[in-house]
Amino acid sequence: MSRVLELRDISKSYGEGANAVRALDEVNLSVDEGHLVAVMGPSGSGKSTLLTIAGSLEAPTSGEVQIAGASLSSMSSNDKARLRRRTIGYVFQDFNLLPGLTAAENVSLPLELDGVSARKAHLAGLAALEQLGLADRAEHYPDQLSGGERQRVAIARSVVGERRLLLADEPSGALDSTNSEAVMRMILEACKRGVAAVVVTHDAHLASWADRVLFLRDGRSVDHVAPDPSDSSLATPRA
Amino acid sequence: MSVRYALLALLSEGSKYGMQLREEFEAATGDVWPLNVGQVYTTLQRLERDGLIESEDDDEDERQKGYRITAQGATDLAEWLHTPPATAAPPRDELVTKILVALRVPGVDVHEVIQAHRRQVVELMQQWTRFKADDAEMDLPFALVVDAELTRLGAIVRWLGFADKQVTRAAKAPVQSTTPKLRRRMVVRS
Repeated sequence: MSRVLELRDISKSYGEGANAVRALDEVNLSVDEGHLVAVMGPSGSGKSTLLTIAGSLEAPTSGEVQIAGASLSSMSSNDKARLRRRTIGYVFQDFNLLPGLTAAENVSLPLELDGVSARKAHLAGLAALEQLGLADRAEHYPDQLSGGERQRVAIARSVVGERRLLLADEPSGALDSTNSEAVMRMILEACKRGVAAVVVTHDAHLASWADRVLFLRDGRSVDHVAPDPSDSSLATPRA
Repeated sequence: MSVRYALLALLSEGSKYGMQLREEFEAATGDVWPLNVGQVYTTLQRLERDGLIESEDDDEDERQKGYRITAQGATDLAEWLHTPPATAAPPRDELVTKILVALRVPGVDVHEVIQAHRRQVVELMQQWTRFKADDAEMDLPFALVVDAELTRLGAIVRWLGFADKQVTRAAKAPVQSTTPKLRRRMVVRS
C-alpha cells in the first residue's frame, strides 16, 4: 500500500522572538492510500494549520512534507501549484463553490485549470457527481442546492480526476447530523477507491468514521487511536 | 423494569407465547439486549399476578401458554411510555467522579486523565460507527440503538472537552485567596 502523505517532525511558528506563537510542535502523521485519518482537537490546537501544511498551502517552519513520495521542500512553486491542482482535493466548512458556475462546472473547474479540455473536464465532472448521487443536480447553481447538496458537490470537486489526497476541514460544519453522516460516507467511499483522506474536526462523531484518530493539543500530538477493525469490545451479539 | 413494559408492548399487538416474546424482544431492541427465557417467564408471572396480562388457557406447561394484555395493562403501558425516566437529578457518574478525584490527587496530570478517557470513548464510537459504515440500510431498532449510543458517547467527549478547557482556565485564572503572589504563580505552573 503506498504512502500518500507523510508529515515528519512538522513545527510551525508565527511571529518572532518573545512574540512567537508555536502553532505546531514536531507533529508526525502518515496516511496510506485508502485510509481515512481524523485529526481531532479543540479550536486553537493547530489542526487547521496542520491541514494547510499537508495541502502545501503553507510551509512548515521545520520538518518535512512528502506527498505521493515527493518532498515539498525540493519543489518549485510551479510544481507545488501543479500538485495542488492534480493530486490534492480540499473540502472546507463553507463549501467554497463559485456562485456563477453550475455544480458540474464547479466540479470540472480544477481539471480545466490544469489544462484538460473543456469536454473531457465536463465528462469527468459529471462522472464525479454521478458517483456521489448528484447527477440530477449537475446543471443547478449553488444557490439552488441545499447545504448538504453543496457540500456533496464540494466533495465531488475534491475527488474529481486522479486526486489522491483529500483534505477536509470541519467538512460538516453547519450541516445537520443526517447530512454530516452523508458527507462522511462519501469521504469513506472515496477512500475505498484509493484516495487517502485527512479530516480535521472537533467533533467526535465525525472523527469516529476514521480508521485512525490523532489528537492534537496546543500544537502537539498527544495521543492517537487506531483500533483493529476485527477487534471489538462492544458487548452486543452483533459486535 | 423496562423488560416488563417491553413485554406488555409486544402483547399489545396480540396474544403471544413466552418463547415468541423473547425472540421479538431481542429483534425489537436491535439484538443488543439478550434476554434469557427464565427472565421472560418470571416477568410474565408477575404481570399476570398484577392483573396486567392474562393467560389464555390453563395449561401447566408454560411453553404452551399464550398470554394477552388486559385493559389495565394497556393503561399502565400508555402511562409508562409518557412518564419521563429519572433524569432530573444528576446521576453519580463514574467518569465525572474520576475527573473530580483526579483534581485532588497530587502529581496527577488531569489533562492526561481526561485524554485517556477521551481516547477510550472515541475508540468505542469508532466501533459503533463501523456498524453504520458497513451497513447503510440497517434495521430501524438497531439503527436507533447505534445512534443512541453514539449520541451518549459524543456527549461524554464534549463534556471532556469542556472539562479540559475549564481546568486550563482555572490554572491560568488568578486564585481568589490571600495566597502570596509567588505561590499563586507556582500554582499556575503546576
